Amino acid sequence: MSTLAPLPVVIPLSVAALLAALNKFLHRRISEALSILATIATGVVCGELLLQSQIQPVIHWFGGWTPRAGVALGISFVIDPIGAGAAVFTSLLVLAALVFSLHYFDTVGTLFHVLMLGFLGAMCGFTLTGDVFNLFVFFELMSASAFALCGYKVEEPESMQGALNFAITNTVGALLVLSGIGLLYGRTGALNMAQIGRTLGGRLDGLVITAFVFIMAGFFIKAAVFPFHFWLADAHAVAPTPVCVLFSGIMVELGIYAVLRVYWTIFDGPFAAHRWDLRALLLTVGTITAVIGAVMCFGQRHIKRLLAFSTVSHVGLLTIGFGVLKAGALAGVALYVVGHGLVKAALFLVAGLLLHRFSSVDELELHGRARNLRATGIVFFAAALGLASMPGFATFRGESGIIDAAGSIGQGWVRAIFFFSGVLTAGAVLRVWGRVFRGMGKGEEAETAGAKKIKEGRETTQPSYGIPAVMFAPAAALVLLAIAIGLAPGIKNAARTAASVMQGRAGYQARVLEHAWVPVVPAQEENTPMGKGLAWSFATTAAGLFLAFLSLSSYWPRKHMLTRPVAVAVRGLRSIHSGHVGDYVAFLTFGVAAFGVVLAALVHLH
Amino acid sequence: MSFFPYLVAAWLFIIGLYGIVTSRNFVHLVICLAVLQSSTYVLLLSIGYRVGGVAPVFVGVKVGTPAVDPVVQALMLTDIVVEATVVALLLALALQLQKHANTLDPDKLKALEG
Repeated sequence: MSTLAPLPVVIPLSVAALLAALNKFLHRRISEALSILATIATGVVCGELLLQSQIQPVIHWFGGWTPRAGVALGISFVIDPIGAGAAVFTSLLVLAALVFSLHYFDTVGTLFHVLMLGFLGAMCGFTLTGDVFNLFVFFELMSASAFALCGYKVEEPESMQGALNFAITNTVGALLVLSGIGLLYGRTGALNMAQIGRTLGGRLDGLVITAFVFIMAGFFIKAAVFPFHFWLADAHAVAPTPVCVLFSGIMVELGIYAVLRVYWTIFDGPFAAHRWDLRALLLTVGTITAVIGAVMCFGQRHIKRLLAFSTVSHVGLLTIGFGVLKAGALAGVALYVVGHGLVKAALFLVAGLLLHRFSSVDELELHGRARNLRATGIVFFAAALGLASMPGFATFRGESGIIDAAGSIGQGWVRAIFFFSGVLTAGAVLRVWGRVFRGMGKGEEAETAGAKKIKEGRETTQPSYGIPAVMFAPAAALVLLAIAIGLAPGIKNAARTAASVMQGRAGYQARVLEHAWVPVVPAQEENTPMGKGLAWSFATTAAGLFLAFLSLSSYWPRKHMLTRPVAVAVRGLRSIHSGHVGDYVAFLTFGVAAFGVVLAALVHLH
Repeated sequence: MSFFPYLVAAWLFIIGLYGIVTSRNFVHLVICLAVLQSSTYVLLLSIGYRVGGVAPVFVGVKVGTPAVDPVVQALMLTDIVVEATVVALLLALALQLQKHANTLDPDKLKALEG
């Protein structure tokens, strides 16, 4: 029993309620200070829980409803290192977003902080809970806060369109999850994940496959996996910058977290004999997502939309990491989420800075205008290198974890997907850097393969001559942290142990239902030589730089031979990203049906 | 217990999706989403139903009387609360769209293509 366990949800939600109630009376600075203090307190409590969970997962039964004779009736928090780590990371990103917004929204009401704290509390509860219906409720609380935050600029029709697309697709996803949970309850009579896993055992039939497909597809909608990713770019293009930081940095990744958690506690038993079928499906879907996201990313001129498609591509890589179904790959996914979240958050913060300073996030319109912002340019450039998984960044540690694990089951080809995604997304971000911060290439008259200019309203009202420190410092700090984690010794072993705890289904069940704990000894892995990974990683960075240079340079002869195929692919893909919510839900329906049919067919055949 | 309620749940799910895909008005579309939600209510209640079971109020009934499952009813109530919030929020967004863009037709919004 831990008395600390409920606090990561209680602190933000009660402060949010307080701020909402006193909305009329509080000065803006006081509510900002209160929300930042509440976020720091949440982060500290989560950090303490992370330390406690290193020994054994921390369990908290609400109302003292502990399991009797191995049957759980109460609702529990089960806090293992991956869940607690995700909660710490969430608090960190919320803190960065709140500090950034100190200067960002001059017209922001207290309600912005109420929503941010609600978002924080829901995400913490989501990562810590051990009950599958509780997971759904936190999922919906997180979504509702996110919808409201996304549509915060109510006077812009684009904002409303983006928020509606986001809200409708994600609500359909939540209802899929709930239907899946209902089916599982019908079969097992349990809502506790450990209990469901134990009762279900190894039985795999039509109902279990249907429940799995519903739950996985529902969370994949939040994770923006193809063909469920369409909402993501719309939501990111219109959401206020501090909100984009949280969307790309952690919310989307929590979709992957939920699939991982549900798979390893519940569905690993039934699918144990069919892992290769599931691998085939997940590796395919991950590859398609990574490729489409990367190509679309390169074809954007709206910087926030470009970064959003880069997130789609990296989620594809995370799906590949999940699809390997190995402890090493899971550890890699955890490190990759942290590394990617840090650099992507920094990139969004710089985009917000540009919007504040120049009233635009359009790459071509900003041509050469940020030449004087040296320090900001360096942060943007460094974050782009992190996106390419350059050695020294946390993304590199994650990437090599996933690729090594994939190689150990004979799927070394995924390295090519990491290379492709890294080159195109980093190339696109570096192209932005060259054009905006160095004045390279052309401005408005440049070739864009049909990319449209999207209007972006200002978010600040004061005249902006310089760069406020509270806007620059969080971005720089996040990039430095990404490098620090990338260089920290022992982080890989910690991640491997955490991954083994998450994957140990029998240990998890015993800990939750019988209060017993056998320390997990992570499986020994053969030491893969670092040389090859390093070489590939530097090659990715170099190719990304070259691609950016190529697309900006006007002297290069026969450049069109390389750029034209990309432009054709972009034009084709662009036509399916219609901004029409009906199209998105049609793709979604098709995707769920295809997942189900393919998985059932594969399981039936083997 | 027949499989008929499950067919109703599946049917509500499918026509809800069909309505969302083909809708030309965001208010209509949000109501289609509410139809989709009612599919989960039917599903949850059918799962907890016991033939001949009484309502799960255990005052003045003999021990051992079959009763329908109260847990799914609690889940359904939570579901209603959660989804009512979401629907209210969606309608508020649609209202703002009408105010500032003077349309509710998803076909007429072209800003976020590509």
